[in-house]
Amino acid sequence: MANRQVAFAEISPSEFFYRNRDLAGFSNPARALYSAVRELVENSLDACELFKILPEVTVTVSGLDRDSEEPDPKPYVVTVRDNGPGIDPRYVPNAFGRVFFGSKFLLRQSRGMFGMGGTMAILYGQITTTKPVTVVTSFDGNTTYTFDLMIDIQANRPIVLRRESQHGDGSTGTSVKLTLEGDYFRAAQKIQDYFKQCAMVTPYAKLTHVDPQGRKFPFERGTSAMPNPPEETLPHPYGIDVEAFRRLVKQSTQTSLVKFMSSSFHRVGPKIASQFLQFAGSDPNKNPGELTSEETVRLVEAIHRFDGFLQPDASCLSPLGSEILDAGIRKELQPEFAATSIRPPSAYSGYPFIVEVGLAYGGRVLSPGVKLFRFANRIPLLYDEASDVSWRVISEEIDWKRYRIPPEAPLGIITHVCSTKIPYKTVGKEYLADRPELERELKNAVRDVLRQLSGYLKKKGSMEMVKRKLNIYGKYLPLIARFSTNLAKAKRPPRYGKLLGKRDSPREEQRRIEEYS
Amino acid sequence: MKSTASLRRREVKQLLRQMGQRVYTDLDNAVFPELVFPSRSVRNIVYDEGLKQYILGSSSIRRSSQNIKHIRPFSQLVWLAYFVNKLVAEGKTSTLRDVFYSSQAYNVEFVDQDESDEIITDLEEVLSKAREDFSVYPEERSAIFGDLTIEYTVPGYEGKKLNLSSHPDGYLIGPSLSTAEFVDTSAEMVLAVEKGGIFTRFVEEKVHKKFKALVIDTAGQPPRSTRYMLKRLHQELGLPVYIVTDGDVYGEHIAMVIISGSANAAHLRELTVSSAKWVGVWASDVVKYKLPSNPMTEADIKRAQELKKDPRYTGGIWQRELDLFLKIRRKSELEAFSKYGLTHITDKYLPEKLREAKGM
Repeated sequence: MANRQVAFAEISPSEFFYRNRDLAGFSNPARALYSAVRELVENSLDACELFKILPEVTVTVSGLDRDSEEPDPKPYVVTVRDNGPGIDPRYVPNAFGRVFFGSKFLLRQSRGMFGMGGTMAILYGQITTTKPVTVVTSFDGNTTYTFDLMIDIQANRPIVLRRESQHGDGSTGTSVKLTLEGDYFRAAQKIQDYFKQCAMVTPYAKLTHVDPQGRKFPFERGTSAMPNPPEETLPHPYGIDVEAFRRLVKQSTQTSLVKFMSSSFHRVGPKIASQFLQFAGSDPNKNPGELTSEETVRLVEAIHRFDGFLQPDASCLSPLGSEILDAGIRKELQPEFAATSIRPPSAYSGYPFIVEVGLAYGGRVLSPGVKLFRFANRIPLLYDEASDVSWRVISEEIDWKRYRIPPEAPLGIITHVCSTKIPYKTVGKEYLADRPELERELKNAVRDVLRQLSGYLKKKGSMEMVKRKLNIYGKYLPLIARFSTNLAKAKRPPRYGKLLGKRDSPREEQRRIEEYS
Repeated sequence: MKSTASLRRREVKQLLRQMGQRVYTDLDNAVFPELVFPSRSVRNIVYDEGLKQYILGSSSIRRSSQNIKHIRPFSQLVWLAYFVNKLVAEGKTSTLRDVFYSSQAYNVEFVDQDESDEIITDLEEVLSKAREDFSVYPEERSAIFGDLTIEYTVPGYEGKKLNLSSHPDGYLIGPSLSTAEFVDTSAEMVLAVEKGGIFTRFVEEKVHKKFKALVIDTAGQPPRSTRYMLKRLHQELGLPVYIVTDGDVYGEHIAMVIISGSANAAHLRELTVSSAKWVGVWASDVVKYKLPSNPMTEADIKRAQELKKDPRYTGGIWQRELDLFLKIRRKSELEAFSKYGLTHITDKYLPEKLREAKGM
């Protein structure tokens, strides 16, 4: 054993993800097709939203050989076209042909974390079909650039096979066309669900899906209101680890710890930086570049012990807000009643987050029982529902009896968590971890929308009660009037119309007198 | 002799009209009408020492047409008043069963007869009148025989007279007899007997002549029309009432209900003859007359023990006889006298017991 030679070879990020494609959602042809569609759509939406462009995204999935009767899995061509800002041609090869391109330390809410998903889809397509990806983009409207790209997996480098430019038609946008082995038959349901749910949280987007049979599924725009794009922020000290700290030091040009702290972290100024360094027992004037490993570890530990840092602010977040969430719910679920609850910003481990919860009750779309729709940074989460913190909250933490909601009521609960870092449990981005802060906010928001529903049902119930009462009065009071008129030997029926909630018009009274005489 | 039957009818019509006017006036003022009457819940049935009968206490039911749960029975109650008002006006009668079906013509259907019976009792309370007064009679009927001339008031028979000794089987105490006027009688007492067989024996043995008595077959626990008849005979003709029953606890209780009323009719005070006398058969008679007897069953004993706690049974012969029944644990039927000859009961027992009763 001791003599056994173990070979350590450095592998590139591309290769790492190729070897671990299960983690990124490319475990089989059905899942891969769904993930590819999703990653490309999300990149398009992110780009549009950042520039406050009302998104129009068209996704076409077709068999590579349209006439092939071959059973799935087989090669499919996925084309995603948007009306976004376009990409500067100088950045196109790296943006699409390299994993972790643009890795940066500034944080802001976006769907994709590292721009990695799109590249993974391209990588997967290249591996399964050896076809290049075609990117057509225009960022100024004047010129349209076309690229054919492949990835050198071992070197993690783009290979440009073709680069052309034509005159543009004045509009900006990007179109990505990639070929990959997929199983549409098995992925169709998820892809459909994905678009439906996507339409729910991006009601301001116009989404169109064209399936391999050429059928068009349009999701029209329901509102032109868009959420404010998030601002970029520095990392918050609570979210930092030793490695990240070291990278920040390397990037920084500051020569004293106090200046480094107050220029590299979110909501840390010279005053808090000095307080912290005093707490940590470090010399504020020490050059951060001269920190030893041990000193760095001690300093990072002190960061996590220090309670003087301010909570992160939420300017880097882009919640939907009540209006857009409500519009999305009404557009896609057409409920009888909808409610929303937007929680104030909160934070976990230095990452700010906002929880938004919507509720839909009744209508024709929902079927009896509770259906949970989960979203994180506007991404629909379709897999592993039972492992998600939202599921745990609604199934275990809510005392449903309190809200007097009839059993089997058709109910949709929409949870949206937005954060600079969503606490996914896995790289597959499908379910959220049970962070106590997150759980608390979800619980409060769900309770809030249930209270609103409860109030609505109560009001509706009492209105129905009034209606029912008037019906019953309407049935019996005329009988009582008739019998008592006879008993009392009265000459005309009593004027009791007011008891039925109406005033007798002279004509109505005349009619009744005639009826009795 | 005063015409009580027609007087009573006029009184009922007056009461029904007043009830109708109350409801009508409320409706006309756009107020939800309501009717208030005593509650019949067990807690509200109390024993009145002075009256020596069960009466209803002070808690009452407010039935409002505004209350969704009340408006249906309220309508039914007003309908019933309307319905019986017609009956009384037209001189017709109805039965409990009949009322149940009649409602269906008016959109105030009852779910079952229990429900309509309840509403009839409600109306008894609202008017403080027995249902016989508003022409609703029970199905079961008992009989009367003796020298009493009556005059019918029912339509078609008005003014027609009849002597109740004309037919040896006796006459059913039904609606027409209940509403008839009493014209003339030579009777000096009323004998109420529990059983049809003994009633027939009394007629055959001319008890009505020998004792100058009107004989009534109560057919077990007397129906209210019979109790009402007893009350009238006592009140209008001044006749004393004597009760002859089997020698068991049930017989004793038949006598008690005639004298002190029942808990079921606690809302009515015109059904009792408090001066009536139970002449037998007592437990002591079973011993004294050496009557053939049967052992009391478990149920008989239980019933006797229950009655011992009943406030109506305090003092007098009532406790004494119950105690004796419990002691001898035997019971005898009226027919047991036949052991000593068919006329033994009328020749020997009855004269002795009536003499005894008069002395009480």
